[in-house]
This record gives sequence, C-alpha cells and structure tokens, in this order.
Amino acid sequence: MSILRSTWTITKRELAAYFASPVAYVFTCFFLLLSASFTFLLGGFFPRNEASLAAFFLWHPWLYMFLVPAVGMRLWSEERRLGTLELLLTMPINTSHAVLGKFLAGWLFLGFALVLTFPMVITVAALGDPDGGVIACGYIGSFLMSGAFLAISSMTSSMTRNQVISFILSVVICFLLILAGWSPVTSVLVKLYESVWFLRLLVAALVVFLSAVVLAVLRVTSVLAGSRRVSLAWWGCTAVLTLVGLFWDRIGFLGKGAIRGGVELLAASLVDFAVKVSVMGHFDAMQRGVVDLRDLLYFLTVMVFALFTTGVMLKTRRA
Amino acid sequence: MEAYGEAMIEAQHISKWFGPTLAVDDVSLKVERGEVQGFLGPNGAGKSTTMRMITGFLPLSAGSVTIGGHDIEEDPIAAKSLVGYLPENAPAYPEMSVEGFLRFAAEIRGLRGRQVTEAVERAIRTCFLERVRYQSIDTLSKGYLHRSCFAQAILHDPPVLVMDEPTDGLDPNQKHEVRELIKEMGKTKAIIVSTHILEEVEAICTGVVIIDRGRLVFRGTPAELKARSALAGAVSCRVFGPSAEELMASLRGVSGGGAPEVLASSNGGVAVRVPPAAEGGDGLARRVCRLFVEKGWEFDELHTEGGRLDEVFRAVTLPDTVQENGA
Repeated sequence: MSILRSTWTITKRELAAYFASPVAYVFTCFFLLLSASFTFLLGGFFPRNEASLAAFFLWHPWLYMFLVPAVGMRLWSEERRLGTLELLLTMPINTSHAVLGKFLAGWLFLGFALVLTFPMVITVAALGDPDGGVIACGYIGSFLMSGAFLAISSMTSSMTRNQVISFILSVVICFLLILAGWSPVTSVLVKLYESVWFLRLLVAALVVFLSAVVLAVLRVTSVLAGSRRVSLAWWGCTAVLTLVGLFWDRIGFLGKGAIRGGVELLAASLVDFAVKVSVMGHFDAMQRGVVDLRDLLYFLTVMVFALFTTGVMLKTRRA
Repeated sequence: MEAYGEAMIEAQHISKWFGPTLAVDDVSLKVERGEVQGFLGPNGAGKSTTMRMITGFLPLSAGSVTIGGHDIEEDPIAAKSLVGYLPENAPAYPEMSVEGFLRFAAEIRGLRGRQVTEAVERAIRTCFLERVRYQSIDTLSKGYLHRSCFAQAILHDPPVLVMDEPTDGLDPNQKHEVRELIKEMGKTKAIIVSTHILEEVEAICTGVVIIDRGRLVFRGTPAELKARSALAGAVSCRVFGPSAEELMASLRGVSGGGAPEVLASSNGGVAVRVPPAAEGGDGLARRVCRLFVEKGWEFDELHTEGGRLDEVFRAVTLPDTVQENGA
C-alpha cells in the first residue's frame, strides 16, 4: 500500500477521534478566546495604531507552548495506555506512516483552529489598510511553529503512557525553545559570556562531558569492562581536572593568549547557538513578513528531528 | 492458494530479553495450514511475549520468525499482511463505532471501496455484531468488545491467525461460538491460540505447546499430552459387596495393574482406582471386570481414564510458589 493511502487512513481516524472528544472544542474555544483577549488587552492592538497583526502574533509562541502539548499529549500515550498501539503496529504499515499520519491529524486540527481566527484579519482590514503579504506570512509562520511544537509533543508522547507526563515534558521543551531566544533572556546570556565565572564553569563542564564520553566509548568497545576500581579512579581524575578547569585562568600558562581566546569564542558561539535554536527569532522574522529559506528549514528540521525520534521511540520501547 | 502442509508460521530459536531478564528463552515452533496450535503456560510464562514477537510488535533479541516465507524483521509489511492478530484484552479505539473500527482496520489493511464494505459485512455476520454495529466501542460489554476485536483479526481473511486468549471473558455460549469458529477456520488457516483453559485445547487444537518460564517444555498433540498423565489408562469403578481390604487384596493380583487406591466408600459401595502398571497395562479394564464376575461382586461406573490435562500441566510447569521460593 502506498505511503499516502495508509498515512491518510490514519490521519482520518485520528481527526475523527479529535472531534469525537470534547477536548477539540474546548481547545478551539480556549485558543480563540485567549488569542483575542491577549491581542486586545495585553498586546496593545489599539495603542500601536498600526494596521498589522503584530499584536496578535506576538502571543502565539506563549499560547502554543501550553495549548499544542495539550493537543499532542494523547497522540501516542493514549495508544499505549489502551493497548491499541499493539494493534496499530502489527498492521501492514511502516511505523513512519503511523507517526506521520497521526502528526498530520494533529497539525490539521491546529490549522483549523488557526483559520478560525480570521475575524482578526477582517478587523484590521476594516480599520486600516494592512499588508496582506505580511499577514499571510505571519499565519504561515504561526502554522509552522505549531507544527514544530506538535512534533515535540508527539515525541514526548511516544515516551510514556502517561499523558500528564507527556504534557509537562513537552511544555518544558517548548518553553526552553522559546526562552533561549526571548530578548530578556538573550540579553542576560550575552552578558554572561563576558563574565569569567561563566567561562570557568564552561571549561569545567567540558571536562566532565569529555571524560564521560571517553569512558562510555571505552566501555562500549569493552577496553574497560566494568571494573569498579578503574571507574572510581577515572572519576577521581575527572574531579581533579574539573577543579583545574574551574580555576584554569589562575594557572598562569593557561590563562592567556590562544587558550583564552578559544574559550571565549566557544562561549560566544554557544550563546549564539542557543539563540539560533530558539523558535523566537525564526517566528519573529516570519511574522514581520520576511520569508527566509533558513527559517522554513529551521521549522522543518525541528519537525523532522522530533518525528524521527518518535519513530525510534516507538520501535525501541514497545513493552 | 498455497498447498496445505506448508509451514505458515515458523519461529526459530527466538529469545527475548527485557533488560536483564530473559522472558523467552530459545523457543522454536512451526505451524502449518490446517493446524490450530494451542499455546499453554502459567501466567507470566512468556506466551504473550512470544506472540508479540511472532506478530512483529516486539523486536526479537535472537532468532528469526517467518510468516508465509517472509521474515518479520526483514520484510515486515509482507509478513504482517498475512496475519490477523487478536492481542490480549482485545484493545480497540473507544470513541469509534464498531463498524467504523472495522472499516478503519479494513482500509489500513489495504482494502478499497467495495472490498471494504464486503469484508466488514462478512466480519459483522461471522462475529454476530449486527446488534451493536453503530454502537461506540466504549459502551460495549466485554463479550462484544472481544468479538469486535476478533472481527478485526479475521476481516481480511488472513492465512495466519494469532490469538491471545480469544475466549477470555466470554460467557459459555459465546465461548462455544468462538471455539466453533476457530475450529472451522483452522481447517484452512494456520492458527496460534493461547489460553489457560485446558478443555479448550482438547476442543479445538491439533497441536499443543507448553511454555514455562520462557522455555518450551512440551510439544505434541493434545492426545500425547494426555497420555503423559500418570492416570492415563487407570481403571476406576465402584464395587458392592466386599470390604475395602478384601477388594484391595484381590485387585493387587490383577496382572498389568499397579497399586490400587480407595477413592471413597459409601452405601456399601467402594470406589477404587487401579492405575496401569508400567508394562502390560492394555486390557486392564477387561481383566478387572473378569475378576469381579468371578467373585460375583456387583459393580458400576467402571471406566478407563483418558488422562487429565490439568495434571500433566501441573507436572510439566512449576507453580508460582515454587518459582518464588526456588532459584
């Protein structure tokens, strides 16, 4: 059977399941009420005095952070709890079809809720002369962002049979993705890498990380077969090195020149990476009407990564 | 249609580790068309795990499974499309109607248009679901839920059926219907049925496999299983007239009989059982009968025991108490 057919069969069933439960209606009402009230009460739609939906889109990351995990938490947890996972995965389909089918159903549902915000567009169009392209771009960005969050919820949902745990996990991940690029946080981050303590902690963390990686590799290749004494000695050395790392800049020969420059560069690129990983920058560009291939790729990457992980989770953790 | 006698399900040396525990240990089995293989074992013996590996739900830790010649791990889609599977506890989507659920199952199995309707109608008829076809699954009684999931398994008329406790939770009439159905389908399909109802094995299975603590401890036909019983071939009867001691003494003299045993004595009658000796147990009933006639004793309820499955089952599997106290 072609991938389209089996995926669509699953999507249809899943969509029907959404609308068969009151959750869909509660979600839609909640989303519409919150997005409207945030726009007018907190977003300063009128004081802005401009014919744009910036005040509307401004709140979308924060709304999605809670609402999308609520939609996505049941995707796989529910199948696990009911035992229907066993039924679904013994059908003659690829796991990837099922992952994609269920994700699409959730995404279409989110899209449906987003389309219902059309009175916003009518409102700005009635009050002024907005740029249709910018609004369309904002909607696309918002839709992509909801897809990225949904894929993350699908991932956390595939890890547990408990919907509440799945919900909390994905809210936390979405929150981190927002936070890393939220301007109050980024300004703190930028200040951080100028502080020497941040650099020290970074070096110490790097030492611990590398030590753990090397130990893991040695274990896996069974150069070091589970000897407790060797492990203890290993972590002892790591602890000493970590202490050295914490005060590396005080040790004359390490604290200057190329090494110092390297550490600072590393810190800077870490902060930069955190900002780039966040949804905020990418969504912000789109809702301002800038279509950049990199932003589209970003959302696509998050979705592909999270859905791929979902598939791996389902294949390896079935019991 | 493939020829009969061909192995449709073949599991070779399959094992399953859950972390450090070995749930299934080197189990091999083979089911051909026209066979109903009964899967027995105490709770937690690894029956469900084995079935889950055969249907491709759980990855194998070792060994291989082929369904109709297709390896379940190399070519899962081809293998899975030959299988109908009824998982333990009959899971189904609670918000769907019975008909909707069956339509979904048919569509995901690759049926289209008219085929879907035909398959669903046939399954609804076969499983007597007409009364509840528009009812949502979460309102069904356990029997109907079970039959809905059963219908899902036979919908596409698969050559291989794997059923985990298909009669669990059904009332006696439904049990009978389901057994008849399995027996009927067993003529043309390769079927694996797990159960812990021993009569069921006798009623429907052509072969039996017993699993205990993940290991295969018996493989054979139900008759062979019964013949393993220490009681198989024993003659029991009720005799009127002699005292128990007198009866025992004369019965010890019967050739081909073991040590006789008094089961009960009431109203002047003594119920006894004579187990067969290791050798020459044939015709024991006739010789016992002749003895009674010679002595002029009246007797009734004389019969030869066919062996008891539950006794063999207990003998080949360890009870939980032993498992917990032992190694």
